[in-house]
Amino acid sequence: MDDLLKDFLTETSENLSTLDVELVRLEKNPEDPEIIGSIFRLVHTIKGTCGFLGLPRLERLAHAGENVLGKFRDHELDVTPDAVDLILASIDRIKLLLEYLEENEKESPDGDDQDLISALNAMAERKKEAAAPASVGEGIPAQEPDEFGFVPVPAGDMAALQANMENTEAPAPKERTVPQKEALHTEVPTAAPVVQEKDSDRTGKSGNKVSSGSSVAEQSIRVNVDQLETLMTTVSELVLTRNQLLQILRGEKDSAFTSPLQRLNQVTSELQEGVMKTRMQPIGNAWAKLPRIVRDLSHELSKKIDLQMLGAETELDRQVLELIKDPLTHMVRNSADHGIEIPEERLRAGKPETGVITLNAYHEGGHIIIDIVDDGRGLPIDKIREKILARGLATEAELASMPEQQILQFIFKPGFSTAERVTSVSGRGVGMDVVRTNIERIGGTVDFKSVVGKGSSFSIKIPLTLAIVSALIVECATERFAIPQISVVELVKASPTSEHRVEMINDTPVLRLRNRLLPLVSLRKTLRLGEDTLRANGNAFVVVVQVGNSTLGIIVDRVFDTEEIVVKPVAPILRNIDMFSGNTILGDGSVIMILDLNALVSCVGNVSNQAIHAQATASAQSAQTGGTQSLLLFKAGDGAQKAVPLSLIARLEEIDCKKVEYSSGMPMVQYRGKLMPLIPVVAEAEVPKEGSQAVLVFADQDKHMGLMVDEILDIVEARLQVDLSGRRPGTLGTCIIDERATDVLDAAHYLSQAFQSWFGEEQTAYGVDQALRRVLLVDDSPFFRNLLTPLLTVAGYDVTSVETANDALKLQDEGLVFDAIVSDIEMPGMNGFDFVSALRGGNGKWSKLPIFAMSSHATPRDLERGRLAGFTDYVAKFNREGLLNALHETLNQGEIHHE
Amino acid sequence: MSSLPVSSSDSKQITSTNEAEQGMFVTMTVANQIFGIPVLKVQDVLGTQSIAHVPLAPSEVLGSLNLRGRIVTAVDVRTRLSLPPREGGEPSMSVVVDHEGELYSLVVDKVGEVMSLPSVDFERNPATLDPRWQDVSSGIYRLKDTLLVVLDVARLLHLEQTKAA
Repeated sequence: MDDLLKDFLTETSENLSTLDVELVRLEKNPEDPEIIGSIFRLVHTIKGTCGFLGLPRLERLAHAGENVLGKFRDHELDVTPDAVDLILASIDRIKLLLEYLEENEKESPDGDDQDLISALNAMAERKKEAAAPASVGEGIPAQEPDEFGFVPVPAGDMAALQANMENTEAPAPKERTVPQKEALHTEVPTAAPVVQEKDSDRTGKSGNKVSSGSSVAEQSIRVNVDQLETLMTTVSELVLTRNQLLQILRGEKDSAFTSPLQRLNQVTSELQEGVMKTRMQPIGNAWAKLPRIVRDLSHELSKKIDLQMLGAETELDRQVLELIKDPLTHMVRNSADHGIEIPEERLRAGKPETGVITLNAYHEGGHIIIDIVDDGRGLPIDKIREKILARGLATEAELASMPEQQILQFIFKPGFSTAERVTSVSGRGVGMDVVRTNIERIGGTVDFKSVVGKGSSFSIKIPLTLAIVSALIVECATERFAIPQISVVELVKASPTSEHRVEMINDTPVLRLRNRLLPLVSLRKTLRLGEDTLRANGNAFVVVVQVGNSTLGIIVDRVFDTEEIVVKPVAPILRNIDMFSGNTILGDGSVIMILDLNALVSCVGNVSNQAIHAQATASAQSAQTGGTQSLLLFKAGDGAQKAVPLSLIARLEEIDCKKVEYSSGMPMVQYRGKLMPLIPVVAEAEVPKEGSQAVLVFADQDKHMGLMVDEILDIVEARLQVDLSGRRPGTLGTCIIDERATDVLDAAHYLSQAFQSWFGEEQTAYGVDQALRRVLLVDDSPFFRNLLTPLLTVAGYDVTSVETANDALKLQDEGLVFDAIVSDIEMPGMNGFDFVSALRGGNGKWSKLPIFAMSSHATPRDLERGRLAGFTDYVAKFNREGLLNALHETLNQGEIHHE
Repeated sequence: MSSLPVSSSDSKQITSTNEAEQGMFVTMTVANQIFGIPVLKVQDVLGTQSIAHVPLAPSEVLGSLNLRGRIVTAVDVRTRLSLPPREGGEPSMSVVVDHEGELYSLVVDKVGEVMSLPSVDFERNPATLDPRWQDVSSGIYRLKDTLLVVLDVARLLHLEQTKAA
């Protein structure tokens, strides 16, 4: 039997048995997206493979089933028992067809599956009654292959199916030809169960590279895979025991055991190698299907593609091989389908007509690297951007600030496909997310680069074997832990005197590493192993690890060497501690835990997302303020560098300490004929008795507040790249300024301190005639909300701030009343223009309110557009005087009108 | 074997002699109280072992140890029964039991002998027994001069409940 067909049958029957189970689970938990996703992928795989093998009848049925499942996944259809029945019926039909295929090595020519396909299509259409299904031709007989081995697919049929697909208008019916495998008819049929055949096949291949033919049976025997697994485990244990013995012996000189142990050592190594070898298979086995797939694809898509495979003899563990087979196939398929252009396009771009996809496998430091390189058009970054926006995965502002590589990473998100058209090949969003998940599941990583017009290159790094992994042994509080070596990027020794030192932002340690702030996690703290010793001496070993897209440093006490370890699962009693992925016995016989870095990352708060988010928000802010803004740098409290936007500061003063007076314990000073409260940056800081005190004066109208600082350092123009993760009262977050970690001061915090205690009374008195105006502030950026809220509060407004326009509309529905609204323009979801239109157009209480737009785009055209949309006024961001004046004028005018 | 009904017949060799052996217990002492575990559950008896601490583990779990290449999780019976911790320096012993294919070491003060106890001396837990003890005890045997509490290993190793409480 044809290898491909054989593999297909085994795989599909495995898949189908899984499917049965999954579907029953789905019926019980119809809302579980994970189950739906996995069923969908299984059917997708079946359909895809059928397409390549030229099994049109199966493919059509699977395709129709997939449509329905797709709707489940996108929540367009509810999972009802009948729907599941129908899917199960289709699966039973697929099984029947497969049985026939297995016996006769060709698709059953009798009958068709129109009944089921129509039912499935009807199901898929159920929610979209308006778009009537294209008439499904009843009773179209399944076509037998013609003399050339081609099966014409009825055009009407295709159109009907296409019509069901989302986002797709039915393309011109196209005579699609599916090549039929000629070999099907020539090979000798076999009655042996397929699974066994596959086994024998593997054994044959792993033992010796035998091309094919009769000698296989004589040279190799069939060994159950489980048997090999058991053998492998036993050998692993033996290796560990040997290591233990060696360790004991190391302490004793001239022992009688020395020479037999050496022998044991050698034999064990040989045995280990031998057993490993039985599990090793050349990666070429996983590639065997690819030339055929690429060939068929190039025909189907009228492309010229040359597939080059290098390093096919590179061996890796069969378990790993099995697991990367599908991801690899998928990626090559992607390259052929999306990457390589059609010949005309290639010629126009000045490239040779034939596109090249290169697969290259090689060993590198205990890992296997597989590169998949094509010289096609590269990933369409614009389309990815569009798709990100369409799916609401990021805002435009965030995207604008992201480096291209980061945007490209979005292709690994579930349901992300940029194929314009859903083809039978790809474009349904079963994609790179699955590839990545599969690869990461086996402890591998996938990395890629893409240059528009030049092609893309994926690089997969996977461990040689799963049974034994190499791990870095570290010590923390006298306990040892293993960190999987594959994730370790580098080791840094930090001490107060060296180039690298750990800096503290409040209690959060960070490390400056090549001009980037590396978030640090103290293992001691995370695992609750006792007090941190870091502060005491500043010496620390930092293991820099990369998990997915996030890089972080783990602070440990000591680093030992790397050791090969056999991963064992943790006892069920300990399984709910997600910090460990397993445990192992070291060479010296001690049991140690293996750290689960994914859990570590998520435990410290999703570092990557936070970093990305903070970066995005901050750059969005700096984009809005024309890139940079003036910051005043100063030192206060713990001596760390701090910054505050200069626009908030009225004056810098040196105050003679002798002039400081106290009123109810609060230091203050006479300033311009009034009393000005002095607020320390760090609570409880005392005003020195002698000398002078540097003060930052924050002023608003006739109120002043002095913030006492130790030293004013500088005024710089800098981009505010605020990392919000370090937020706590008094600071907005941290950022790097002048290559130093800097806290960005939250002026709001101090202003409220000063004015609650000092001006509080006066404000109430004031409020009688000014009747606290209520202002609603709508801004997606927490930074601006934090800046503007105190500003407006101090100016005598009662401020409510919300994050999105939708939140604001909710407040309207709840019946809240405001005197004015200040809204940002660029916001995720509903933007400022839509927001104001919604208010003006609606009959809500707010339809007549003065609404102020706040934006960095303050060109005359923007102003015009703002006024047209219904804004009362348009103020440039950071123009606080402008905003206050506008509010004041408009509201007082309103008062006159009222009167 | 795995399809056998779950009962006292955890080991395959004894299915025939099940009845006769039903009353065989390994006895042990924790805070002067005698406990018993069905002998067939017991794999090993160990002296004081060096146990590697497992961070973040429930307080009952002392850590893990290496028993001839297998990782065994050590559970402190004192903590599990809400008894005061052992005096520092006092040696401990442990009974290694097999539970659902995993090995656990139950750390106790002292391991005694194997006793064959007639079922006529068996009684159910008195209703007034501390609920925490009720939870892990499947009954009491009246010995000549003392009482023996039969520990239910499965429930003893079921920590979620205690954690939630």
